[in-house]
Amino acid sequence: MAGAKEIRTQIGSIKNTSKITKAMEMVAASKMRKAQSRMAATRPYAEKMRNVIGHLFHAHPEYKHTFMIEREVKRIGYIIVSSDRGLCGGLNNNLFRRLFKELKEHRDAGVEVDFCTIGNKALGFFGRFGGNIVSQAVHLGDTPHIENLIGTVKVMLDAYADGKIDRISIAYNHFVNTMTQSPTFEQLVPIPSTAEEELKHHWDYIYEPGSKEVLENLLGRYVESLVYQAVVENGACEQSARMVAMKAASDNAGDLIDELQLIYNKARQAAITQEISEIVGGAAAV
Amino acid sequence: MAMTIHVDIVSAEGEIFSGLAEMVYAPAVMGEVGIAPRHTPLVTQLKPGEVRVDTGNSKEMQHFYVSGGILEIQPHVVTVLADTAIRAVDLDEAAAQEAKRRAEDAMSDRSAEFEYAKAQSELAEAVAQLRAIERIRKGKRS
Repeated sequence: MAGAKEIRTQIGSIKNTSKITKAMEMVAASKMRKAQSRMAATRPYAEKMRNVIGHLFHAHPEYKHTFMIEREVKRIGYIIVSSDRGLCGGLNNNLFRRLFKELKEHRDAGVEVDFCTIGNKALGFFGRFGGNIVSQAVHLGDTPHIENLIGTVKVMLDAYADGKIDRISIAYNHFVNTMTQSPTFEQLVPIPSTAEEELKHHWDYIYEPGSKEVLENLLGRYVESLVYQAVVENGACEQSARMVAMKAASDNAGDLIDELQLIYNKARQAAITQEISEIVGGAAAV
Repeated sequence: MAMTIHVDIVSAEGEIFSGLAEMVYAPAVMGEVGIAPRHTPLVTQLKPGEVRVDTGNSKEMQHFYVSGGILEIQPHVVTVLADTAIRAVDLDEAAAQEAKRRAEDAMSDRSAEFEYAKAQSELAEAVAQLRAIERIRKGKRS
């Protein structure tokens, strides 16, 4: 019975691993639910803000803020939202791969890129890749706070205002459902014109202190809230991807244990048979 | 029943309050404003302070601390887009500098986290190889 003990210890270690993956699956499932409700909670703010911005544009169609004007694109700033931790399937890699394809197109067109990374994985990946990372934020945790993003986003917005970059895009995972997350790229600045329309009726507001100041204030916050939304959504994606990945890992561990158990039983039976035939042979010889 | 106005207080991280009120007080930049139903449409910035909502039904007023934001008033709807973070020009600037510095640190100090990630992937590869070898050996033996 040479291999029996080895196989038994292997079964034991796989069982331990599957316990961990099972636990991670359940933790991810409960965190996902929370992350989803957080995702829903961020929606009213952005919606209300879009409304007010829409009103402002309606009232001052002649005034164009820098964040509204399309420029010739020579340099693009990418805000890349990723997870802090691994073990979540291909979530980050899918996003990076898609982004790479887009970056290649830009490079062929002679457009340069700057990166702003959110999350450890993006920082690690684009650091190795050798991109120009102008700002970053890591360790946002399960409940990201907008305070931690303000500075990171401001670097980008300032660069845009100074004319260093001509467009800001965001790359994150869009939460479709628990099983599907789709890598998504969106243009943040200049603010796409669809965001400013769709008004049912409009009010003739009084602005304090002035419409331009209010608009200035609002636009920065609007971009921040979009980034925040993307971060929260990516968080929900991370948890659901992890849940699915860990479920697959637990299932695989179960299959592996079954297989090993069969091998173990066979080995044990072979040893017993051998012993019996030895005894019988011995008895016959006597 | 007295006239009421619908009040929504929302922040980027979630809804804070939603309901009817008889009167709302908010700290606008040009002085505190009190909003009664059918107030004229107004958009104003808020400074850090307290938003008070008088729900009218003899209960106490509800208080919400905001660290700034935007107040939007329509005749029957009041929306407070509250900031949860404390905002000021120099604070924002400091946060931006901090984010920049972190990025530069990470770029220059590749040895730390990136090396770790690389080592981790190499380790995973080695483990997988070992496991394959082990399995081949076992297959031969049985």
